[in-house]
Amino acid sequence: MRWLLLKDLQILRRSPLQAFLLVAWPVLIAVLVGLAISGSPSKPRIAFLNEVPTDARVSVGTSQLPNIGVSDRVCERVECVHVKNRAEAVEEVRSGDVLAALILPAGLVDQINSLSTPSPATPKVEVIVNEEDPVKARLVNDRINSLLTQANLVIARRIATEGGKFLNLVLDGGRFTVIGQTIQILGLRNSARILKALRPALPPGPLRNSIDQVIQFTTLARSNLGTAGPLLTRLTQPIAVDKQVVNASTPPLEVFAIAVAATFTLAFVTVLLVAGSLALEREENAFPRLTRGLVSRSALLTEKVALGVVVGVVVTLLMLAGLALFVPLHWSRVGLWVVAIVAGAAALGAAGAALGAAAREVRAVSLLAFMVTLPVAFLSLIPSGTVGPGLYDAVKLLTALFPFKPALQAMTGALDPGGPSIAAALGHLAILTAVYGSLARFALRRFASV
Amino acid sequence: MEAGNATSAAVLQARELVKRFGGREALRGIDFEAAAGELVAVIGPNGAGKTTLLSILAGISRPDGGEVHVPQGEVGWVPQQAALYRRLTVEENLMLFARLEKHEDPRASTEQMLELTGLTERRGEIVARLSGGNQQRINIAIGLLARPSVLLLDEPSVGLDPRQRARLWEFVSALASEGGTTVIFSTHDIQEAERYGGRLLVLADGEALFDGSADGLREAVRREAPEAADQDFETAFVAFLHHRGH
Repeated sequence: MRWLLLKDLQILRRSPLQAFLLVAWPVLIAVLVGLAISGSPSKPRIAFLNEVPTDARVSVGTSQLPNIGVSDRVCERVECVHVKNRAEAVEEVRSGDVLAALILPAGLVDQINSLSTPSPATPKVEVIVNEEDPVKARLVNDRINSLLTQANLVIARRIATEGGKFLNLVLDGGRFTVIGQTIQILGLRNSARILKALRPALPPGPLRNSIDQVIQFTTLARSNLGTAGPLLTRLTQPIAVDKQVVNASTPPLEVFAIAVAATFTLAFVTVLLVAGSLALEREENAFPRLTRGLVSRSALLTEKVALGVVVGVVVTLLMLAGLALFVPLHWSRVGLWVVAIVAGAAALGAAGAALGAAAREVRAVSLLAFMVTLPVAFLSLIPSGTVGPGLYDAVKLLTALFPFKPALQAMTGALDPGGPSIAAALGHLAILTAVYGSLARFALRRFASV
Repeated sequence: MEAGNATSAAVLQARELVKRFGGREALRGIDFEAAAGELVAVIGPNGAGKTTLLSILAGISRPDGGEVHVPQGEVGWVPQQAALYRRLTVEENLMLFARLEKHEDPRASTEQMLELTGLTERRGEIVARLSGGNQQRINIAIGLLARPSVLLLDEPSVGLDPRQRARLWEFVSALASEGGTTVIFSTHDIQEAERYGGRLLVLADGEALFDGSADGLREAVRREAPEAADQDFETAFVAFLHHRGH
């Protein structure tokens, strides 16, 4: 068997394009994934035009809120491209240089202030977008909605804070400045105290009864207004999130991204190589000659799977080494990586052998390998809850029948120090190796026939 | 069937061979044997059953009826299409099969085959770049690496030019006459069979119509198709088949 393995490696070496792709592919993927997950999250570029006068302030009652720094807050969340006028904003969007343009009109603060008047206007900001494709349109909408929600929240918090101050003034009294004059406010608490002090001096009768009614009102009002303060604060964020994590084995995003990239590479390299190499034995007419007594069919299948494992391990480790330049990986777990890669490559190789034995011709095999591997790999990445329960069950069953998902689980577990044991995934892969190996052995019975 | 050459020391025997593909009978009760050093040509038109017979003798396919006795592990088989790795060199191909045949000294066996095929000078060339004739010589050399006492060749000269064909037959004839190897080859070229085959087995539609020498076949043709006796041998042979209902 080792001579056949050596022969296949020699043939691989003689195909410069194939050998180059086997090296270039993982390196390219490693660089792309590394750059994607190691760089800081990119902010969307937004053209920003703030026409609001710098001295404009949102008013609550007769007082003005301090400057809330709208420009700074917006530009914290997006990469602002400051423009001078609306036409420039439109041109930036049209050219595709920015995702969208956000224009705060000059009258925005006046519109907000009108909300507390008898004739309120609807405050509006202008958003200019270039919805050249639906994905981009959805992205822009999500970003803009997020920005507006943040802006509304900031204003609501300011209003709640100022409203709370007024409420305290009514309850407890204090000084209040309006149009340059400071007024002393008595407050409900002091009013009640004064009235209670006066009450014993009054004779029983209608006047004393009236004083009792006013004292009762101030007590009730104070008690009810006391609960209004926290209520006003809650209005800014009525629903709080209490997050309970039920599956603590979720790996960090960068580890999952590396595992996906590595398993994709392993799957394509192994399935295509094993399936193609087996079909090549038939196309070279060597299969009947080999199986006339030189090599058993089972040994030939084992050799092809071994070829997939050897090349798969080398290529995947090469890729992980490339990724380690961008993201720190736990090299102390390299033994576990190799176990996961070998088990994954064996199962994927066995699946490749079954495809190769069934399709028999190199071109048909290549097409079939892509047609099977690519959709199954994508289906394996669908998380639960994102599709209907019936459909998810079907996807789960389908992906359990192909080695990609258990290989991904094994790879993720091997890469993630806080991850779960990979034993279950290894067991799953061992079963799939045996099943696909048997299918390949069965398909070889008619392999040499026309 | 015409009487065949009975051989006292048969190294290969087949009795009442039957092979069916679906409803079609590819071989209908073929009896055949060959002695050491014999050079037997299996001839007949397309679909006669030549390749099927050789495949059964080689152990690649199983007969539906009858039995085959061949020396265990000593039958070399050379398929019609060259069965070798085109992206390996001549030497790498021979070395690989010598190793798979578990030769004690695969390098020495490779050297021997390179010399035998006259390809020593081209040992380092990728097989895909060689001519069809040279590929066929390597194909046969790989078959010989099994050190067979019986060598089966399925239409070995197909696609070769006359010069390459002559070199091939010189090589094969020497195997039989000097090495004592029993060589059984199939062809649909009657003149090639007559020239190089010491014995001819004529098949048509799965039936054996004749088993004997080239002279014996000429005699049978003259006897059964006298109207074509004056014409060339190929035309007379076709008339003979026609008389036999094929």
